[in-house]
Amino acid sequence: MSDTFVGAPAAPAASAQAFRTCPTTGLKVHRQADALIKANAVVATVALLVGGISAILVLLTRWQAVHLLDATMFYRVLTIHGMNMLIFFILFFEMAVLYFASAVLLNCRVPTPKVAWTAFVLMVAGALLVEWTMFTGRADVLFTSYVPLRAHPAFYGGVILFAVGAILVTCIFFATLVVAKRERTYEGSVPLVTFGALTAAIIALITLAHGAAIYIPTFFWSLGKMNVDPEVYRLIWWGLGHSSQQINVAAMVAIWYLLGALTVGAVVVNEKISRTAFVLYILFISMASAHHLLVDPGFGPAWKVVNTSYFMYMAVLASMLHGFTVPAGTELGMRLRGFTQGIFGWLRRAPWGDPGFSSMALSVVIFGFLGGITGVTFGTEQINIIAHNTLRIPGHFHATVVGGTALAFMGITYYVIPLIFRKQVAFYRLAQIQPYLFGIGMTVFSMAMTFAGTFGVPRRHWDITFANAPFDVPFSPAVDLMIGIMAAGGLVAALGGAIYILVTVWSVFFGKALPEGDLSRASVPPGVYRVPARELPTEEVELREYGRLGVMPGTMILVFIFLVAFVVYYFANWKLLSFVWKVG
Amino acid sequence: MYAPGTTPPQGVWWKPAHRSEKIWFTIAFVWCMILFAMMPFWHLRGGQNPSGTRSTVEPTAFAERVQEFIDTYQVGEDNGIPLVEPPPGSDIYLQARMWSWTPVLRLRAGAEYTLHLSSLDVNHGFNLFPFNVNFQVVPGYDYALRVTPTEAGEFQIVCNEFCGVGHHLMVGKVIVVPADAPAAEGGDR
Ligand code: HEM
Ligand SMILES: [Cu+2]
Ligand SMILES: [Cu+2]
Repeated sequence: MSDTFVGAPAAPAASAQAFRTCPTTGLKVHRQADALIKANAVVATVALLVGGISAILVLLTRWQAVHLLDATMFYRVLTIHGMNMLIFFILFFEMAVLYFASAVLLNCRVPTPKVAWTAFVLMVAGALLVEWTMFTGRADVLFTSYVPLRAHPAFYGGVILFAVGAILVTCIFFATLVVAKRERTYEGSVPLVTFGALTAAIIALITLAHGAAIYIPTFFWSLGKMNVDPEVYRLIWWGLGHSSQQINVAAMVAIWYLLGALTVGAVVVNEKISRTAFVLYILFISMASAHHLLVDPGFGPAWKVVNTSYFMYMAVLASMLHGFTVPAGTELGMRLRGFTQGIFGWLRRAPWGDPGFSSMALSVVIFGFLGGITGVTFGTEQINIIAHNTLRIPGHFHATVVGGTALAFMGITYYVIPLIFRKQVAFYRLAQIQPYLFGIGMTVFSMAMTFAGTFGVPRRHWDITFANAPFDVPFSPAVDLMIGIMAAGGLVAALGGAIYILVTVWSVFFGKALPEGDLSRASVPPGVYRVPARELPTEEVELREYGRLGVMPGTMILVFIFLVAFVVYYFANWKLLSFVWKVG
Repeated sequence: MYAPGTTPPQGVWWKPAHRSEKIWFTIAFVWCMILFAMMPFWHLRGGQNPSGTRSTVEPTAFAERVQEFIDTYQVGEDNGIPLVEPPPGSDIYLQARMWSWTPVLRLRAGAEYTLHLSSLDVNHGFNLFPFNVNFQVVPGYDYALRVTPTEAGEFQIVCNEFCGVGHHLMVGKVIVVPADAPAAEGGDR
């Protein structure tokens, strides 16, 4: 096993010109896959830029000391922020991930390039339609567009076009897996990273089915041709809205495994555990969308408890498993490569200056400690009473989908630039601090936001001084302080986001090509030239047991700290709940 | 032999887990069961549940009920909004529409009421300040919740679901008087 990076590529079925061989990893890359990844990544970055500028505008408005935009513009720009970030940035990036995890990792061709490009065009056209309605004030409905708030029909039409494109890409992903199997482009089972992407793709199909089920009727409703019940809309919309978050989680976890492999030669501790955890996501996630409807009048307590608890907690279990296996794989990979000092030696000696590694590490911590704990707590039927629609909610999901998913996506970009675009990473020094700025800024931002929310500060709200409202609402001065801290953290994160865009755009369009041969002097992350996976021992190694902590003691300690934080936060919220009015 | 997640595993990968993985799996599973058990437990023992009685109602029908409620129990006006003091134990109504809450309620600490929430137009959000009690208010649905104010004071109702450009103007009010306060005689001070 001289090259542990990939399964041995077998004889190509297509002509040799259609492929290039990656000099770094030995992977055979289909040129069409290359181009599709590039196109999707570029559009994702444009969406991130639009979303990022709107983030700053929204942030500076919620910060009452500045209060930048007027009310109409605030809600409009907030709509633009939600759509561009959560839908366009994330999904275009995920399309790139799907091509990477299928065609590239399996040495396979994209079976139907024409369909793939059609899908891309559909998605871009749909996105542009939506942008047009939002920017011209025809869709001031926020990204949830709860019926009967009404947007221009082109808004719903655009979403439908976009979704059709995304469905096509998912189907191409499945087709690629089939072709790779039939043409024997790899041996054994699909790699775990591909398995994770497969999970994301399956959930994507479930999600997009909900999307069709709700946006098509809503499109006709907007034309005045049929009725849509507001509560049914919320139910099915969240079948889309929440499940799509699970696509993000599955894609993010797959990227954690990928970045672990690329940066420190992380290993899969146990394929069975990791894959079972992915399957749990598929089985249980659609029901979890019920946690958006916990204080809704449409559903009874039994429905709420069953869907959020038993079903959702099996998905929570899956996340807790990945939260163990990812650091454990890193620890084990490092130990196998000789970093065996003490309990945390592997963590101290990890490549913290590699933006791929720091992104992964921060993403795991932010997603787990902030996003995960708050999410499960707020998603509890009764605790939701003191969380629903307050700033606690955006505080929670900026930790999951921004500090978690977006940061992981940023980290992998630093490897995509050399491995796919064949470019050096421009402003490498800036790239090295970027994950810290973004991750730490986001941590401060979302913690402050969550904390302000515990005082009942509503989300999506232009003016919490209630200057022109009929009654005064005297928020405690602590709220002003929290909002100030939130603004500071948000601006630091925005700076991190801006650096990311600068680095990626510059590298791709004006960057230096990778030199031939020795890459160690090029400005690329170290994992590109010192492929850590190649340094893994090929024979059985005796692993040291640290008493009850076993062979991965550092990870054991970390997950126990996590558990304590979880238990404390969870029960503190029950306590908080018990102080409010009796209601039932 | 261990391999990274980018490598296709060879042969059978269904192998026994490490001891530490088993320990964590067990703990995580037990914790998830505790998370599950807390919800039914709180239904039995806790004072705060979002259950209520739920029914559908036409917005016009709901508006009529609210008007009837106001006509029966109105004791004054607050800021141009009817002020209503219903007797303890009664059904009370709160109507959300762009962008106001009607009426202003005067309640008694420690007494139980059945609060009916609904909207005449789009989704709104009920947020009781400063307790941070939140419910979704959906047009076409009557959410009837039994509520018991715990202490006297003036409380605000903030709309916390985006409901159009006047969303931030939508503030209502609940006044809670001590349990032994005399009942109001018509007009408000
Ligand atoms: C520097 C980065 C970012 C900053 C400073 C930021 C800031 C904000 C702020 C201030 C809000 C308004 C909260 C409210 O009033 O309810 C918001 C909402 C939101 N953000 Fe971000 N954000 C950032 C990045 C992102 C990213 C990367 C995503 C998604 C991948 C995202 C997704 C959302 C969503 C979905 C909403 C909710 C919109 C709504 O309520 O309709 N944000 N963000
Ligand atoms: Cu409202
Ligand atoms: Cu509102």
